Amino acid sequence: MKLEGEVRIPSGCAIAAVIDRGGGRIPGTLTAEAMRPMRERSNGLGGGFAGYGIYPEYRDFYALHFFFDDRTARKDCEAFLKERFEIVKSELIPTRKIPTVTDEPVIWRYFVDPLKSVLAAEQVDEREFVVRTVMKINTERRGGYVFSSGKNMGAFKAVGYPEDVAEFYRLEEYAGYAWCAHGRYPTNTPGWWGGAHPFTLLDWSVVHNGEISSYDANRRWIEMFGYKCTLQTDTEVITYIMDYLLRRQGLTLEEAASVVAAPFWSSIESEADPGKREKLNYLRTVFASLLVTGPFSIILGFDGGLMALNDRLKLRSMVVGERGSRVYIASEEAAICAMDPEAGNIRYPAGGEPVIVTAKTEGGNR
Amino acid sequence: MTTLYARELDHRALNEAIRGAGESVRITGCAGQRFIGAGMSGARIEIRGIPGNALGAYLNGAEITVEGNAQDAVGDTMNGGRIVVRGSIGDAAGYAMRGGEIFVRDNAGYRAGIHMKEYKEKIPVLVIGGRAGSFLGEYQAGGVIVVLGLHEDSRRIVGEFPCTGMHGGRMFLRGTCEGIAFPPQVTARAASREDTEAVRPYVETYAALFGKDARAILDAPFTVVTPDNANPYRRMYVEN
Repeated sequence: MKLEGEVRIPSGCAIAAVIDRGGGRIPGTLTAEAMRPMRERSNGLGGGFAGYGIYPEYRDFYALHFFFDDRTARKDCEAFLKERFEIVKSELIPTRKIPTVTDEPVIWRYFVDPLKSVLAAEQVDEREFVVRTVMKINTERRGGYVFSSGKNMGAFKAVGYPEDVAEFYRLEEYAGYAWCAHGRYPTNTPGWWGGAHPFTLLDWSVVHNGEISSYDANRRWIEMFGYKCTLQTDTEVITYIMDYLLRRQGLTLEEAASVVAAPFWSSIESEADPGKREKLNYLRTVFASLLVTGPFSIILGFDGGLMALNDRLKLRSMVVGERGSRVYIASEEAAICAMDPEAGNIRYPAGGEPVIVTAKTEGGNR
Repeated sequence: MTTLYARELDHRALNEAIRGAGESVRITGCAGQRFIGAGMSGARIEIRGIPGNALGAYLNGAEITVEGNAQDAVGDTMNGGRIVVRGSIGDAAGYAMRGGEIFVRDNAGYRAGIHMKEYKEKIPVLVIGGRAGSFLGEYQAGGVIVVLGLHEDSRRIVGEFPCTGMHGGRMFLRGTCEGIAFPPQVTARAASREDTEAVRPYVETYAALFGKDARAILDAPFTVVTPDNANPYRRMYVEN
């Protein structure tokens, strides 16, 4: 596997998502349908999906999805995993050989439970422990890369067009209450398996259309807190920012949105509600280095829901529609129409205006 | 009239079929194909379904009607003709438009009418029935933008930063525009009787196209926005 820096492919993107607010199960192939009318937005150098509620029988275990360069890398990572986790199940992720997806790494998944003794020794909570383990593997273990690490969710990504990636991963065999999808058109970074979206950590997943001008400023700041940007791909940093703001700082989704897509100072000054003004001022001041500039439209998946967000200037497109208990989000209305021709209440969220949709899930939300 | 079922066609195949279809064509099952009618003159195109981005880009006289919403970049750099949308449109409608007309029944997204320009009899017109997003008419250099504010939600008629960098043309906004901040280089004033006469034909066409009452629409205060003088940015960069 060639890593970022070893190759560069100079070359817009497509995003789509669906969620059932009632927690009803949606087949994994629905968002692949959304990608068909947006084919020009991708160039075959990356496609991926994140499904939520797809592993109900293992819902209490972290599902670690891995890319390995070879069998040796897998043996090495597995030995490391066994020092830290009880491995409940270990298997190849089922794939289908198709001519449009080639050169695949070894793709494996483990359902794991952190060892209580190691948790106690490191004096961290379970989720922090998982994050640290993922960072350790992705920076220190050669040939092994964790690309999904949440509970009852999973990412599936590859080099190829997203419709083909769905076929490759047999997504028709999965169903969940929410799905995010991405078709990639890499502009500054190589199209390799690890660089495909979504970028995930714990149950956070991010699909992104755009290009982050503030990447390095964001990266330098977030790396102070133990995150390691190993892919030099801008979207990765948004996932870590979200984990930092939402899990570690305990911000609400709306607050996190107003950090990464902070209103202009002039808009904050003209805010009529003094309490709101003070809060916006506080968030923009304290988390100044986490303001994400440049064009983006992102969908953040999390345990129990989705959040769609545009950059504050709205330099990328985003459309939201719904029907019954389902809500659809996509770069283009045609994509929503492909998922559900009867979808209505079509709306276009403003720049920096988060659209948050939650689902009733079995076992409740965090 | 030729009817084309578009669902299984990509943008290239669809556009070739349109060009080969004669003077009048109806597209059904449109599924996001881009560049529909790009550069075409002398044809009538009716669209059912969702047309893709850059609908009618460089349009040169053709007439396009969409029975629903359209996506981003409608009428990009359009030179002549008419685009009618019986719904809303996405971002960047009428970008750098230099002729022709766009009529939108409902709302427009961000950056509508930016960089519009005019020369002699070529005066582009963009009419939006509902509201427009931020950066409406940014760098407007010519032409006419009309926003009627007939939308039903409680949002303002335009988003943030309208008319930034405007140095030509006119903008008509229905209503008094209280609370909307315009940049210092433009003047926003209540429409005079003469201004109302100037906007009347656009409103009448809009009303006729979408079955609305022109008199009721015109029976409201309008705000006119124009750049302060012929060269409002004279001192901004160099003396010229």
